[in-house]
Amino acid sequence: MCDMVQLRMFTPSSDAIVVGAGIVGAACAYALSRAGLSVTVIEARAAASGTSSQGEGNILVSDKEPGPELTLGLYSLSRWEQITGELQEFLPTGFPSIEYDRKGGLVVATTEAGAPPLLDFARTQRPAGVTAVEVDHDEALRLEPQLNPAVTAAVRYPQDAQVQPVIATEAFLAAARRLGARTLFGEEVVGPIIADDGRIAGVRTHRGSRPAGLVIIACGPWSARVADQLGSWLPVRPRRGVLLVTTRMPHLIIHKVYDADYVGAVGSDDQGLQTSSVIESTAAGTVLIGSSRRQSGFDQALDLAAAREIARKAITIFPFLATASVMRTYGGFRPFMPDHLPAIGPDPRVPGLWHATGHEGAGIGLSIGTADLITSLIAGTPPPVDPAPFAPSRLGEPASVGDP
Amino acid sequence: MTAAPDPTEVRLTLAGTPLVARRGQTIAGALLTSGLLCWRTTARDRRPRGLFCGIGVCFDCLVIVNGVRDIRACQRPVVEGDVIEFQDETLPRSVTEQ
Repeated sequence: MCDMVQLRMFTPSSDAIVVGAGIVGAACAYALSRAGLSVTVIEARAAASGTSSQGEGNILVSDKEPGPELTLGLYSLSRWEQITGELQEFLPTGFPSIEYDRKGGLVVATTEAGAPPLLDFARTQRPAGVTAVEVDHDEALRLEPQLNPAVTAAVRYPQDAQVQPVIATEAFLAAARRLGARTLFGEEVVGPIIADDGRIAGVRTHRGSRPAGLVIIACGPWSARVADQLGSWLPVRPRRGVLLVTTRMPHLIIHKVYDADYVGAVGSDDQGLQTSSVIESTAAGTVLIGSSRRQSGFDQALDLAAAREIARKAITIFPFLATASVMRTYGGFRPFMPDHLPAIGPDPRVPGLWHATGHEGAGIGLSIGTADLITSLIAGTPPPVDPAPFAPSRLGEPASVGDP
Repeated sequence: MTAAPDPTEVRLTLAGTPLVARRGQTIAGALLTSGLLCWRTTARDRRPRGLFCGIGVCFDCLVIVNGVRDIRACQRPVVEGDVIEFQDETLPRSVTEQ
């Protein structure tokens, strides 16, 4: 017990603890620090060591149907437009660029049957604020000269952007530290500190007690376990994805190019393997080829069936990829929610506990909007978007959803 | 009178210069034997690269063989008459610059 007393002396209470230093936790730490709160980030491994570093860094509106996620996505996009300049004030000279690039997306159908759903979907998005420009066959091939000439319909989405997610995470954390936040890495949360009135008053970690006024769980697909440890429940589950990386080559792909099946795969509940093409060049000259979705727990094994299928589909979109060399594959776990909406807001069971997770494949783009939303809810300022659709209280009880 | 070709030798062209390798060697083996330690330069920082992992994983030893790029020198056995060129490129122009 003597150790605990000594530890407490060096562990002043924070206004907020953020559990998880992926991009969502990092953005929350930054936004809360800017709002004047003292923040401690507790991360079991390292910054951006999970889902944040295992995707493409997408900031997309093209795949979102009108609704709350699109509203949060459009708000987040407006924030990404400003964020490089905004962070500059807090980052040391020489901090690497977050590589924000509004490169634009092009969604293509290569079959007659695939064309009408793509064009219909774009039509529903426009009134919601998405710029979705229908382009004809010749224009599609002018935009992407290597595209399969069999393209039957194409829609250009100039708002689609990307960011280097690891650098962006580190930038948010560095800015938060500059504003007074503490970041603790390699420290695992093991349980809550519960005050006499039943509120959460911090967390216990494998190193000791970390008192705080409130606790935010931002652990992506691992949030279910952390919520359980802290006395609550969240139906977030891992949904595996695999990406292929080619060797470097001259830039032959200009936009983010998706096949029209992508939207269907994002919105599906199917637990089995689903694939659709998401193809783009990186600044280094490699080509990233996705994407797959499969629910199989935290199984890390190479999913060869998925790799084979996404390679085959990519060649349908860009025939020249047939002779490209795949240099490596990587993958990760998206935080999947049963109703396809993130959980952002107060936990309905444990007072003082908050959630910021469940963005499935959209967490990079939505991170900054999520951080602003949760900060406004905590600080009592007007929220940037309607928080109701994201409220964790909508999720009901474990039995009603199916406990992961 | 010329001697018969040595059956253990394979004749290559490396960046326009004749190079004799031993049958069964990989291209990387032939380049190392010839005294070369680096034959590629990284795109961004222009750092020297050659054989690193030697087992086909790291993709550091890439060369162009008979016009085909991205050949891992450590995985490709030499073949009589191979024309090997160095694969040395700077970063491609970024999309927004185009």
